[in-house]
Amino acid sequence: MTTSTNVHKKIKDLHPNEAIAPGTGLCAGCGGLEGLRLGLKELGDDFLICNAAGCFTLLSVYPFTPLKGSWLYTTMGGSVPAAQGVRDALDIRMRYRGLEKKEDLNVIVVAGDGSSNDIGFGATSAAIHRGLDFIYFCYDNEAYGNTGFQLSAASPYGSATQTTPSTDVHEAGTEINKKNLFEIWKAQKPAYLATVSPREPIDLSNKFARAKELKGPRMFICMSPCPTGWGFEPKEMQEIAKLAVDTGIFPVKEYFEGEVVHTVRPRKRLPAEKFLERQKRFHHLFEPHRQDEVIGQIQKRVDDYWRQYE
Amino acid sequence: MKTQKKTMLTGNKAAAWGARMAGVEYVPAFPITPQTEIVETLAKWFADGTLQGKFTNMDSEHSMFMAAGSAGATGVRVFTASSSQGILHGMESLYTITGWRTPMVIVNVSRALATPITLEPDHNDVMSTRDCGLIQLHAETCQEVFDFVLMGYRIAEDPDVCLPVLVNLDGFYLSFTREPVLIPDEEEARNFLPLYKAMQPVFQASRPMARASAVFGGATYTSFKLQQDMACRNAEKCFNQAAQDFEKYFGRFYGPVEAFHLDDAEYVFVMSNSFATKGKSAVLKLRQQGIKAGLLKLRLFRPFPGEAIASALAGHAKVAVIDQNLAPGMGGITYPEIVTSLYSREDRPEKILSVIGGLGGKDMDDQDFMAIIEHLDKPDSGTPLYLYDEKDVSSFNRLQQIAKLKEALS
Ligand SMILES: Cc1ncc(C[n+]2csc(CCOP(=O)(O)OP(=O)(O)O)c2C)c(N)n1
Ligand code: SF4
Repeated sequence: MTTSTNVHKKIKDLHPNEAIAPGTGLCAGCGGLEGLRLGLKELGDDFLICNAAGCFTLLSVYPFTPLKGSWLYTTMGGSVPAAQGVRDALDIRMRYRGLEKKEDLNVIVVAGDGSSNDIGFGATSAAIHRGLDFIYFCYDNEAYGNTGFQLSAASPYGSATQTTPSTDVHEAGTEINKKNLFEIWKAQKPAYLATVSPREPIDLSNKFARAKELKGPRMFICMSPCPTGWGFEPKEMQEIAKLAVDTGIFPVKEYFEGEVVHTVRPRKRLPAEKFLERQKRFHHLFEPHRQDEVIGQIQKRVDDYWRQYE
Repeated sequence: MKTQKKTMLTGNKAAAWGARMAGVEYVPAFPITPQTEIVETLAKWFADGTLQGKFTNMDSEHSMFMAAGSAGATGVRVFTASSSQGILHGMESLYTITGWRTPMVIVNVSRALATPITLEPDHNDVMSTRDCGLIQLHAETCQEVFDFVLMGYRIAEDPDVCLPVLVNLDGFYLSFTREPVLIPDEEEARNFLPLYKAMQPVFQASRPMARASAVFGGATYTSFKLQQDMACRNAEKCFNQAAQDFEKYFGRFYGPVEAFHLDDAEYVFVMSNSFATKGKSAVLKLRQQGIKAGLLKLRLFRPFPGEAIASALAGHAKVAVIDQNLAPGMGGITYPEIVTSLYSREDRPEKILSVIGGLGGKDMDDQDFMAIIEHLDKPDSGTPLYLYDEKDVSSFNRLQQIAKLKEALS
C-alpha cells in the first residue's frame, strides 16, 4: 500500500486554522459545510474556490465573505472550467511573467452533487482527462438542495424528493439508484479520490493533508447530512453522519495509485433502517405502513457492496 | 509610422495574426466551422514557441468561455473564438464573464443558427450576444479583422471598460477569403498595445478577494448592472481614442460608423460586415444609373453609437436597414435600434424600411439592391421587405419535388 502515513491521529492534532468564519447564510447543522471547514484547515489560506450554483453559493453574499482565501462564483455547470482558467493563468504568469511561487493558489472547486453528477459532469470529466491540477470538493446532500430538494442523480433509491414524491402509485419515491460517482471518477484515474464524512474528522483531515501534497485532479465526495432536505434536527447532524457510516450506507474510502482502501470500516454494520428511520425523506418507508420490500432492497444493496470487500 | 508588411490572409488568419500581434497569453479553444482555422493557427504558434503562454483544448464553448473569463480574472491576456451554435452553447458563460468584468477579445465568425443546421453565415449568432454586455465590433474586410483585434484589447483592457470585446466577421465570405492585409512589425504593435498588465485586481495569493458574490435585493443587483452599463457605454469613447492612436501608429482610421457616398444620398443602405462590400458596389452602380444611393456601415454595434448613426442618417430621405438576421414574429434585429436613434430628430428620414436578407448565406446581388430602391419608392409598401424572390421560391420548389419523389418511392 502506497499511501503515506497519517499525519493526524487525534482530534487535538487537527490544524487550528479556520479558513471559514462562522455565521454564514447556510443552514444550521449543514454537514457539507462542516466537511469543507475541516478540509480547508489542511489546505492553508492560499486558495481560490470556484463555486458552482447551489447552497454554498450563499457563503459569499455581497459584501461579505467568510473565507480567508479567494472566491469566484461561476455557474451551476461551469465551476471546473473556471478552475482550469485560473490554474492556466497562474501557471502562465509564474512561467513567463515572473509571478513568484508564493503567489500561487490552491484551486478548489466547491460544488453540490447535482452539479457534480449532472450539469457539470461532462466538464469535470474533461478536466480530469486534461489532468487539471485542482481539488474538487463535492458536498453530497443527495439532491438539488438550493432549489428546494429535487431529485439529482445522487438521490438514493427509496428517498422522497420534491420531484420524486412517494405516492400510492410510486411508493418508493425515488425508484432509481444513486449514481456511483466514485467509480465513474475512478475510471479516469485521478491523482487522488476519496469519500469523506464530517463525522470522521481525522480521516478527512488526513485525506486532505495527503491530497495537498499531490498534483493533478484530486477529488472528494463528502457525505453531507442536510437537516433541511433530509428532515432531521440540526443538532442531530453528527449522529446522522455517524449512522451513515455505521450502517455501511456511506463507505469511507480512498483511491490512490490504482488501489481502493476503506479507511474507516464499520466493525459490525448496523441495519440500514437505523439510518433511514431518522429522516423525513424516508418516512414513507415506515408510515403509514412499513415498506419491507423497499427497505429490504436498500439493505441488500449495502450488503452486496460490502460483500465485495469481505 | 513604420512600413507594414502586406500579406495575403484569410479573415480567419487575419484574426489569428491579430491575436499574435497582441501578444495573447492564453487561448482556451473549441472547434466549430467556420472558425476552426483561427484556433488551429494559434495552437500551432503556441506549440512551436512563437507565442508564449498556453493553448488549452476545452470540452465545450460553455467551458471555454468560463475558462477564458476566469483566466482574465487571474491576470493574463486572453483570446478565444467561436461561432453560431458555439455562441449559443456558451451563452450562460458569456453573461457570466461580462459580469465578472474581465477583459479579453473574442472573435465570432458568423454562421446561421440551427434549425435547420447550416454552415453558412448570417448574424443571428452575434445578435444573440447583443444584450449580454459585450463590446461588439463588426468587420467588413480582413484588414479590419486584424485591426479590430488589436484595437479590441485597448478597449477591453481600459480601466473604464474591463469587458470582453467581440470582433465579428462573416463565415465563408470573409473567413475563407484571402485579401491583402498590412501587418505591422511586433515592436510597433507593442507600442500601440503594450504587453498585458491588469489594471484591476486579479487572483493571486497576496490578494484574497471574493468575486461575483451573490446579491440579495434588486437595488444591489441594479447597482452592479448599472456599472456594467456605464462601462459598456464608456467603450464608445475608448473606441474613438483607440482609433485615433491606431491611425497615428498605422495610418488607418476607423470611426464607429463608416459613411460611403452618403453626403448627397437620397437612398441609404444601412449594412454591416462583409456584405457591406456588396452594398458599396451596388451604390456605385446605382449612381452610374443616376440614382443617388449611399451606404452607412456599422462598425461599433455595442455600445450602440446612436448619436453617430442618427447624425449620419438624419437629413436623408429614404433609408433601408438591411438585417442579415431574423427575429421571427418581429423582423430585423438592428432595425428598431436604428429607428429609435432617429426618433427625436426633426430631420429624420421620411421612410425607414426594414429589409431581411442574406439569411443562411443567401447572396445579395444588384437586383436585390434595386428591389430595395423600388420598394422605398412605392408609396404604400410594407415593412419588412424579405429578399426572397420568385427564383428562390422555384429553387425551393425543386427541392420539395425531389423530397416528394423519394417519398413516393419508399
Ligand atoms: C443552468 C442552471 N440551471 C438551473 C439552475 C438552478 N439551480 C441553482 S442551484 C440548483 C441545485 C444545485 O444542486 P446541487 O448541485 O446538488 O447543490 P445544492 O443545491 O444541493 O447545494 C439548481 C438546479 C442554475 N443555477 N443554473
Ligand atoms: S439545504 Fe442542506 S446542504 Fe443546503 S445549506 Fe442547508 S443543510 Fe446545507
